[in-house]
Amino acid sequence: MNNTQSTDLIFELSRAGRRCHRLPACDVPSSRPLDQLIPAEHLADQPPPLPEVGEIDLVRHFNNLSTRNMSIDTHFYPLGSCTMKYNPKRHERFAADPGFANLHPLQPDDTTQGMLELLYGMQEYLAEISGLPAVSLQPAAGAQGELTALFVAHAYFRDKGEHHRRKVLVPDSAHGTNPASAALAGFDAVTVKSNSKGLVDIDDLKAKLGDDTAVFMITNPNTLGLFETQIKAITELLHAKGALVYLDGANMNAILGITRPGDFGADMQHYNVHKTFTGPHGGGGPGSGPVAVRDFLAPYLPAPVVTNDGGRYALDFDRPKSIGRVRSFFGNVGILFRGYAYIRTLGPDGLRAVSETAVLNANYLRARVAEGYEVPHAGPCMHEFVASARALVRERKVKAMDICKRLLDYGFHAPTVYFPLVVPEALMMEPTETESKETLDAFADALLAIKAEEAELLRAAPHTHVVSRPDEVKAAKEPVLRWTPAEKPTAPPQPLAVGAAAVKQEW
Amino acid sequence: MPYLLNTPEDTAAMLARIGAASVDDLFAPVPAGVRLNRPLDIPPALPEMELAAHLRQLAAKNRPAGDLVCFLGGGAYDHFIPAVVDAVAGRGEFYTAYTPYQAEASQGTLQAVFEYQTLMCQLTGLDVANASLYDGGSAVAEAVLMAVGVTGRVGDVLVAETVHPEYRQALHTYAANLNCRVRELPCPDGFLNPDDVKAAVNDQTVCVVAQSPNFFGHLEEMKAIGDAARKAGAVFVASFDPVSAGILKRPGDYGADIAVAEGQGLGVPLGYGGPYLGILACRGDSAYVRKIPGRLVGQTTDRTGKRCWVLTLQTREQHIRREKATSNICTNQGLLALRAAVHLTALGPQGLRETAGLCVRKAHYAADVLTKIPGVSVKFRTPFVKEFTLSVPGDVSTVLAKLRDRGYLGGLPAGRWYPNHSDGLTVAVTEKRTKGEIDGLAAALADVVASRAA
Repeated sequence: MNNTQSTDLIFELSRAGRRCHRLPACDVPSSRPLDQLIPAEHLADQPPPLPEVGEIDLVRHFNNLSTRNMSIDTHFYPLGSCTMKYNPKRHERFAADPGFANLHPLQPDDTTQGMLELLYGMQEYLAEISGLPAVSLQPAAGAQGELTALFVAHAYFRDKGEHHRRKVLVPDSAHGTNPASAALAGFDAVTVKSNSKGLVDIDDLKAKLGDDTAVFMITNPNTLGLFETQIKAITELLHAKGALVYLDGANMNAILGITRPGDFGADMQHYNVHKTFTGPHGGGGPGSGPVAVRDFLAPYLPAPVVTNDGGRYALDFDRPKSIGRVRSFFGNVGILFRGYAYIRTLGPDGLRAVSETAVLNANYLRARVAEGYEVPHAGPCMHEFVASARALVRERKVKAMDICKRLLDYGFHAPTVYFPLVVPEALMMEPTETESKETLDAFADALLAIKAEEAELLRAAPHTHVVSRPDEVKAAKEPVLRWTPAEKPTAPPQPLAVGAAAVKQEW
Repeated sequence: MPYLLNTPEDTAAMLARIGAASVDDLFAPVPAGVRLNRPLDIPPALPEMELAAHLRQLAAKNRPAGDLVCFLGGGAYDHFIPAVVDAVAGRGEFYTAYTPYQAEASQGTLQAVFEYQTLMCQLTGLDVANASLYDGGSAVAEAVLMAVGVTGRVGDVLVAETVHPEYRQALHTYAANLNCRVRELPCPDGFLNPDDVKAAVNDQTVCVVAQSPNFFGHLEEMKAIGDAARKAGAVFVASFDPVSAGILKRPGDYGADIAVAEGQGLGVPLGYGGPYLGILACRGDSAYVRKIPGRLVGQTTDRTGKRCWVLTLQTREQHIRREKATSNICTNQGLLALRAAVHLTALGPQGLRETAGLCVRKAHYAADVLTKIPGVSVKFRTPFVKEFTLSVPGDVSTVLAKLRDRGYLGGLPAGRWYPNHSDGLTVAVTEKRTKGEIDGLAAALADVVASRAA
């Protein structure tokens, strides 16, 4: 792919009078002008100054933009913690069925029985997979799921009169959303250290655990891709203090049908349906973050939930202890729908095979990467692992980010970089189960080849993409967050610059 | 297994390289005591063809808009979606990418989001818009949290009773554990009286939240409400309808500090409530920009001086600031923001204006013909755009059930959310509704009302 097409903004392509979509003539009698229907004080003189383009301008513009993305459909995308597995095409066809796509969220239940049956099924499957019997499908993404669970915890303790439980414990390896959600739910976040094995430091946990602890938020497998071997002891410690255990379900892809959060002592968890059950990630969403909890927490879940009374499905809003809503309408149904289709496609054996293969692929890639990079924590890993480029920094002043940028030249999306925070120069890799051994080998070979390349070349990478090393400091210091007409460039178009030592590759 | 690629030979070779005897060995860190020693109790796998049949069966149990004529609104509308929206959003390079962490490999998404942000500024008349929030409801909650941060005040959050009931519920949930008190301003006549705002604000008021068109479809005196908020130094949060923005004054024009909206009307299918799109835009002062939640894309230059785009001002965000972040949001609604950008571009200024104009004319025609029915009147005296609330005789739920039997999703029973408006029937009329459909609804309602009287 040569990327010599225009990178003009859609606003710069605008020409007064051009149009794409046209509307039918008004078919109702309309003798009165608009300002007799709506008082002039409410009316704008002009419509918003949107761009004016023809249909082919629009299609070419956005399709050309799309070619400046790496994506699962076009590239290996081992972004750790994001579970970038294949998004089945069948899901898009299923979801487009007007019988689902054209349902209004406020239709009466007797006109949505098929949808409710599906959503009820999804509640049941998620309950079974987590070992936690009560499920709310409402949260719109994982972070909102976390927040919902913490709201539930807050309501539970308030109900019990335990107002003194102000603290939420969060491991230092946790996703940033965990402490952010804790703060937003009105708790004080307290960090618990990891030990040298990358697991929760139980002594530090014990030191910080007290009568004021409300919740321990644990990610298991954790963000280093390691299963917390002491999980049972950890959850027992929390329960002995009357606190709740929350599982960040970002890493469920490792344990489907292998072990269940409810069985290892979690009281609540969220799912990332778009990760584990493969919703399209859409350049940053939509997600879907259902929450599963133990029975004693069920009364506090958001309303409504779907109920089944002998094959008659209904939305149950009558939940007096519910925390209320975290958003409008039912939830990100389109993503739940795809998750349902995925679970039904795989079945119990298939889901287990997903996790087995995800773990096999991760361990294989880990072994290959370890040929040239430090992998600080002992294996086996689960569905992902974290390597470190700190030796390269020390020896050659090449950073983890330089490796990532160079990988783009080889036609691979980069791993997650500089996360988790507990590993310096972290490269967090999650290959997922839908990749082949050949792809994993090609990726590992690229990483090993990059290690041997000139430091200068790496520091200036990528060399084959439309842009290279955007100035992030400038972006933050002089924020330009929208186009304005004054910024229209006058310079003639420039030919694509190609790096001196560009690697031969497809795009 | 579907989607899995490893052959037995691959697996053997991989295990050999790892130095493990079996896949099960890799799970050694999972203690035996917490293993699930049985298959998951979920239905067996279905091949694509059988799953398609199963889903078609479920779909056939639904009666979607199109099967029934849809006059439902309440924040989700049956607007037309041009085919180009599906064509662009269906590009795998967009819908199978993720958050643009690697700018060089994500210029497509980044530029599209930058264009979305600009379009939202154009639509709202405000300076800055974020890359999207989940929906119109959580957008109200996030706007209020933002107002708390901007003002540093600990007084009341004043919210009009005419704001979408589910948005208010989300706000109450978010606010429940924080240091702010949400107070609802009663609106017995279906609109927020600006004098009531003047009476309610004081020097500790955090913000005033109003919605126009409001939940009943009618317009609020947004300028006067905003003036009352500003006089007290409170933030004015306006919830607006992006389609009606084709003809109405924009939030920025009437003095909103923060504008939020449900973006579903911009190219997003009804889809039983989601995924939708939370729009949030605000003033450009740094006090606001520092507190804006969620992702922001900014323009910059690369090492060769070429214009490009990156995620920016990330020190507001959870992955950097953790518990001190402005919000916990991470994944947003990127694909829906793209749909909205394409949809607005496809419509252009004239298309958006004509869409809103058709809505206005058809809604007013509908109000005219429906109020010819004896006992039926427009309940509130304030102007409306594409949705309005009728007063109808008899039990509204029964009326709606009878309309459904005649093929119409006839509207929303206002009494479900407002017990004091139990006679209310809120009817939404988009540009898609034809004269024939509107006349049909009127005939059906006349029939239902008459049969009750008989």
